[in-house]
Amino acid sequence: MPLVPEIDYGTPASRASEMVTLTIDGREVTVPAGTSIMRASMEAGIQVPKLCATDMVDAFGSCRLCLIEVEGRNGTPASCTTPVAAGLVVHTQTERLKAIRKGVMELYISDHPLDCLTCAANGDCELQDMAGAVGLRDVRYGYEGENHVKARSAVGEVNAQWMPKDESNPYFTYDPSKCIVCSRCVRACEEVQGTFALTIEGRGFDSRVSPGAHEAFLSSECVSCGACVQACPTATLTEKSVIEIGQPEHSVVTTCAYCGVGCSFKAEMRGEELVRMVPWKDGQANRGHSCVKGRFAYGYASHKDRILNPMIREKISDPWREVTWEEAFAHVASEFRRIQYQYGRESIGGITSSRCTNEETYLVQKLIRAGFGNNNVDTCARVCHSPTGYGLGQAFGTSAGTQNFDSVEHTDVVIVIGANPTDGHPVFGSRLKKRLRQGAKLIVIDPRRIDLVRSAHIEASYHLPLKPGTNVAVLTALAHVIVTEGLFDERFIRERCDWSEFEDWAAFVSEAQHSPEETEKFTGVPADDLRGAARLYAKGGNGAIYYGLGVTEHSQGSTTVMAIANLAMATGNIGRPGVGVNPLRGQNNVQGSCDMGSFPHELPGYRHISDDATREIFEKLWGVTLNNEPGLRIPNMLDAAVEGTFKGIYIQGEDILQSDPDTKHVSAGLAAMECVVVHDLFLNETANYAHVFLPGSTFLEKDGTFTNAERRINRVRRVMTPKNGYADWEVTQKMAQAMGLKWAYSHPSEIMDEIAATTPSFAGVSYAYLEEKGSVQWPCNEKFPNGSPIMHVDGFVRGKGKFIRTEYVATDERTGPRFPLLLTTGRILSQYNVGAQTRRTANVVWHEEDLLEIHPHDAEQRGIKDGDWVKLASRSGDTTLRALITDRVAPGVVYTTFHHPTTQANVITTDFSDWATNCPEYKVTAVQISPSNGPTEWQEEYEELSRKSRRIAGKLEAAE
Amino acid sequence: MNIRAVAVDEAARVSEIVESCRHLEGPLLPVLHKVQAEFGFIPESAKQVIAKALNLSRAEVHGVVTFYHDFRDHPAGRHTLKLCRAEACQSMGCESLAEQIKAKLGVDWHGTTSDGAITLEPVFCLGLCAQAPAAMLDGDVYARLDEDCLGEILTEARR
Repeated sequence: MPLVPEIDYGTPASRASEMVTLTIDGREVTVPAGTSIMRASMEAGIQVPKLCATDMVDAFGSCRLCLIEVEGRNGTPASCTTPVAAGLVVHTQTERLKAIRKGVMELYISDHPLDCLTCAANGDCELQDMAGAVGLRDVRYGYEGENHVKARSAVGEVNAQWMPKDESNPYFTYDPSKCIVCSRCVRACEEVQGTFALTIEGRGFDSRVSPGAHEAFLSSECVSCGACVQACPTATLTEKSVIEIGQPEHSVVTTCAYCGVGCSFKAEMRGEELVRMVPWKDGQANRGHSCVKGRFAYGYASHKDRILNPMIREKISDPWREVTWEEAFAHVASEFRRIQYQYGRESIGGITSSRCTNEETYLVQKLIRAGFGNNNVDTCARVCHSPTGYGLGQAFGTSAGTQNFDSVEHTDVVIVIGANPTDGHPVFGSRLKKRLRQGAKLIVIDPRRIDLVRSAHIEASYHLPLKPGTNVAVLTALAHVIVTEGLFDERFIRERCDWSEFEDWAAFVSEAQHSPEETEKFTGVPADDLRGAARLYAKGGNGAIYYGLGVTEHSQGSTTVMAIANLAMATGNIGRPGVGVNPLRGQNNVQGSCDMGSFPHELPGYRHISDDATREIFEKLWGVTLNNEPGLRIPNMLDAAVEGTFKGIYIQGEDILQSDPDTKHVSAGLAAMECVVVHDLFLNETANYAHVFLPGSTFLEKDGTFTNAERRINRVRRVMTPKNGYADWEVTQKMAQAMGLKWAYSHPSEIMDEIAATTPSFAGVSYAYLEEKGSVQWPCNEKFPNGSPIMHVDGFVRGKGKFIRTEYVATDERTGPRFPLLLTTGRILSQYNVGAQTRRTANVVWHEEDLLEIHPHDAEQRGIKDGDWVKLASRSGDTTLRALITDRVAPGVVYTTFHHPTTQANVITTDFSDWATNCPEYKVTAVQISPSNGPTEWQEEYEELSRKSRRIAGKLEAAE
Repeated sequence: MNIRAVAVDEAARVSEIVESCRHLEGPLLPVLHKVQAEFGFIPESAKQVIAKALNLSRAEVHGVVTFYHDFRDHPAGRHTLKLCRAEACQSMGCESLAEQIKAKLGVDWHGTTSDGAITLEPVFCLGLCAQAPAAMLDGDVYARLDEDCLGEILTEARR
């Protein structure tokens, strides 16, 4: 198995449709107009020597190595900056060119160390390759003159031109002595990542790559996305893992297991050791880009905290006892059967994981429906995007985003609502920023001034800083402006939607109380800005809406999703590239886990459990009778547990104790159960209440598929043997077998075949198909054999698009004298969700604790200084953390992340939830802040409980 | 020595300068010129203020400032002498003139005399090749120089 080959064409592809034919080295080549001669040559299989060109960035023309001669033209132009023209006759190798190239290389090498044998890039160095390509045999200038290479001269004088290595970044090093100043890293940071953290300082021989203003990488603006490391042609920027291990010998294309962007990576391996993760250029979600998490934060897979043996205990106060897999399965099976016998069939259930593969999720829901004989299955989408499923299902007929990520390249106006793409979905954030730099306009609707509002070279046209909880009012006010000012697209609406429903909705939004001037009074959004934003979205060209959990995690989450759908339909922004409604899904496979029938009321493919025809398909195949009543949702399971009717649960890959709202209620529910089975990589917070722990496998250790936010089914490929012995799907299968089910899957592809056979939107999907196409966006079936990059192209899935009235109802969670501030929660770039993985990587250097962002005005009133411990209290509970004083949040609003278990931010959040789907209202909690000395009583008690419950008999205490 | 830098509220003044140039196309260079004219150099903190105001990154402003040798990172002496070291001047003996002047002032290139009077800078071509060697003192050019006549000019300037 070799390295997956990737051809570097030197310059980006041209998008022109006109074709041009020219002759290069006697070969006729036909390419789109605007293509560089360098790229055209490469397409014809002729590699022109190059150093400063790479196809992830625009041509620069600085290295003077890629020169060519064109018949009838003077001189030796650079092939990277010279576009093709019809009839050109190009020569890439002549005596003149050979001499020039050799001379240029000679100069490069005269200021470059000659330590190739011990260099980390040995075997993967473009400078070395080019020296070979031009036939450099000798450097006449010697190495004793001025140079950047040696710290001291031969006679011991200090060399002022020499700079030491910068090892501040935990994942890569910057060795200035090996730099050839090709600017590829600077351009990658600017063009691909859009952070502009790098520059070339000085000029001439003094030119050096500088992070920030001559800073260390770690303290500069660098976000550690890795684009510069990938762009570097030498060992100047090198992954520390490559320095330590050496060059990889084979690679496997797989899919990142962090956020919902679903980036494709090459896992570059040496034997079973992972050397590095490199974003794959052909990945259709990320197009060769990555972020700090996917690129570097995979160290958790081999972290010492990982549990590799199954464990059992009688009571949660006992230490864990390591057992064999057989004993663990037998124990779970007998416990679950005992509980069902004692308390009834409905007394157990399970939670599928949005972190696991489609196949694994499918198996867990199958185990519950066919094995447990009930529908008590739910998934963590309950607490994030369940309102998306419901809202878009109602309006359009499908529970998913309408576009692919490439669509952003065609958009003219972007609305970002309740999402922070540069932190939460960084690769999409970079693609969006690229489009904004090309001139697209941006509207941000968010209580916080997120980075997209204003950062290097991008600035939102409008930032509507609404009060948390008033989304529906703001969106309805936008609709008010669009309808009353006649900005809607009547032709689209008459053609695609129900006109009478539109009229009803139009009359509703036109009511005076929905005008921006009225809503300003309680949303805090200035009416003029809101009107401007509405006009821009309606009339600014292709309008696309991207939204995140700031929309869904509210008591009116589903209503907000419908309001978004209304806006898109009213302005005709559905069904073509550059428009649409795009939920930015939080987890790698949250779309997939929803697709796979993880909800208590839905079978795979979003078909209601009460639908006899659908049930029959599964009943026949599985040989069981399915219950036609929806089962319990997560909050209902916990309620039932507290009441004493729900006694056992199988939780795969989810840490509900930390991630779900109202921690005390969750812990009470778990504590009341008799058999809690946690299947995870680590002893997570939920495992503190578990009786059985089944060790899980990472995405590197199993085959399967993930479905990302654009409905794209991507392959996950096993690159190493599971350290715990079994892939997660095998664990579920063995558990099912222990419970008497006759399952015999030998590979996840067989599970996918079963999904395809039972679920119409996946009918055309198979591993063979994915192998051939790389990936596909569902629906993929007879009607859409190549999948569906964009949905609702010729009409809505449900028939006519449905306009739904969206009445604003203020949440019951209100500020008052006791709790005068509103708390909202979010994420940060370097950490992921509850942090179980990223906290176990070097990413902690960027974010070692959760901080409370508070406006200077609110802080001063309370006598709080930057970095002080503060107590954060709501009617649910209290916790302490440190304060960060910033005007990114408005007065009256405070903000924190929930990445660290010691903070327990969810002790604060309440049990209010979305009216339709029970999605919890994480984004609005009334709180009070006061100075504090340190951890609260709850934090101390919980710390003690965690310590106790992580004891393993015969082992030292697991470190956490 | 220009000590106004510490006397005025630097950030506020830099912001004013940025505002006065904002309407220009590509305002960064005009801003930097004005800042240097005002403070005698580009203070490190000014880079941050300019970057923020013009919506650029710190790195970009740093890159531009360091690209141009005329933008200084610390104040110069009361007078700046720029001695041409380009080809024509070299052929007419500017190198030995430079050594003499360095010895006379007691400084190396880019150095400032201990009394803060004169900063010595190299420059590459003042366009006076026909009258080499040439130099420039605070914007005034002088040609056909030798040690004596340059010495007189400097003595005059140090008064």
